[in-house]
Amino acid sequence: MSLAYALSDARVMVTRSTRRSLRDPGAFFTALMLPIILMLLFVYVFGGALNTGGKYADYVVPGLIVLCAGFGAGTTAVAVATDMTNGIVDRFRSMPIASSSILIGHIVASLARNLIATTLVLAVGLAVGWRPTALPARWIAAAGMIVLFILALSWLAAAVGLLARSAEAANSFTVVLMFIPYVSTAFVPARTLPAPLRLIAQHQPFTPIVETMRGLWMGHTSTGAGTGHEAWIAIACCAAILAIAVTSASWLFRHRTSA
Amino acid sequence: MPYTVTVSGITKSFGGRFVLDHVDLAIETGSVLALLGPNGAGKTTLVRILATLIRPDAGTAAVAGHDLLADPAGVRRSISLTGQHAAVDDKLTGQENLEMMARLLHLPRRAVRDRAAGLLATFGLEEVRHRRVGTYSGGMKRRLDLAISMIERPELVFLDEPTTGLDPRSREQVWGTVRDLADDGVTILLTTQYLEEADHLADTIAMLDHGQVVARGTADQLKSNIGTEVVRLQFGDRECYDCALGQLEPVHAEPRLHILEVASNGSAAHVRELLSHLEAAGAPALKVSIRRPSLDDVFLSLTAAQAATKELAR
Repeated sequence: MSLAYALSDARVMVTRSTRRSLRDPGAFFTALMLPIILMLLFVYVFGGALNTGGKYADYVVPGLIVLCAGFGAGTTAVAVATDMTNGIVDRFRSMPIASSSILIGHIVASLARNLIATTLVLAVGLAVGWRPTALPARWIAAAGMIVLFILALSWLAAAVGLLARSAEAANSFTVVLMFIPYVSTAFVPARTLPAPLRLIAQHQPFTPIVETMRGLWMGHTSTGAGTGHEAWIAIACCAAILAIAVTSASWLFRHRTSA
Repeated sequence: MPYTVTVSGITKSFGGRFVLDHVDLAIETGSVLALLGPNGAGKTTLVRILATLIRPDAGTAAVAGHDLLADPAGVRRSISLTGQHAAVDDKLTGQENLEMMARLLHLPRRAVRDRAAGLLATFGLEEVRHRRVGTYSGGMKRRLDLAISMIERPELVFLDEPTTGLDPRSREQVWGTVRDLADDGVTILLTTQYLEEADHLADTIAMLDHGQVVARGTADQLKSNIGTEVVRLQFGDRECYDCALGQLEPVHAEPRLHILEVASNGSAAHVRELLSHLEAAGAPALKVSIRRPSLDDVFLSLTAAQAATKELAR
């Protein structure tokens, strides 16, 4: 199998997955409404009651990015699970094509969906008073962090989608992923949490990821640690998730479809 | 005679249960073989093995000159698979589906369009080519499925229960399409639960039951095992029934209703002979009806014969 064929296969699959996303108006609309509604909810409803040592909009933007990415990952898991229950994957596999291209199609579509949602979070954030102090170089670093995080989460979602026996089961992944950020520094600083929850918040991957973005945009983290320190932990976490998810997704794809 | 498929000793078990038990099979190039059997007989498993989707536990097979285990990629290049559920993308249009598959088969860019347009016309889908497949009827989906199978004329086409769940009109359309393919000289392996379908489409029928080929031959040969018709006889009481049971070799019996069913060629002469024989034996039939043998009858007679053989062997 030449590289040119493999690339062409991947491109066909990306087109397919993207078309499928665009033609699911319900999910697409929700994915676009979610950032707007959550931003307004957090800044105007909860924000006034929360003391984060500054404007809440300045605090919460990274948290909403990971929350929306969690929702987006659920969509990806459902898309993969749906594909697996459909005869079309058997057809793909009985054709002389690179089987990785099917997953790559899902991952690229997932990245595209999530980056649109992320851009929307940033735009709405700026509209409600978020004022990042970062210079362009730090913006680029933040973008890199977001892409790496969403990539890792997309692969994890693909693995969950392959593992799930149905689209409904895969959907529950959304619920889990949308709760994990609440027990991190995404919405409130760790020091305001009771001791057991604080312990979880200080040791789960969402915290360094959120803090890296916060540090890059606002110049300081909520944990007091340096942005660079948080960034290394965040990168290590994402790399670990990515490695595990890619390995298990590839394994599951080979074995799940042959059952 | 050249063979496109030769299968020898293919065995597969799931969770300790044999799904395929040393299956041997051969399909002549350019012929249509129907794999006939009830649900759970192992038809789909055999197709999935031959299409390289699952590996057999034991046995060998060659498909279009490629060894199944040593050269699965070669097999994949020579076959096309149409599963029980149309393997098409519901969210894409008919044309998008065809073009996507043509690209995945690495047709040149220009050829992709032309081939898709040609197939849409051949399979009667031109009018609906810009509609999403989700809005297609069952028959339209199967035809699109078959059209996709034909993008690169494969040496062997697997049709796994191509008409299951279709209404009669759609089924006729799919049959027509399959016959066109067969006339075109494509080798076809078809699985079905319906004797009628095998009868219509197949040159050879292999009957699969509990993972074993229990019979194979042309439709006529198989039906001659059972007769072309089944005569259903109802008797007035248990006494007559028991008496008749001693005289006949029924393919099916319902003691509670005093009903016996026997194979027949359906001719007036045979039925007349049967009735007078019973009357002479003192077991006149009360009611008589004649029907076409069903797949069940063929199976019941085959499995009954097997059980009898085992009994004798003891």
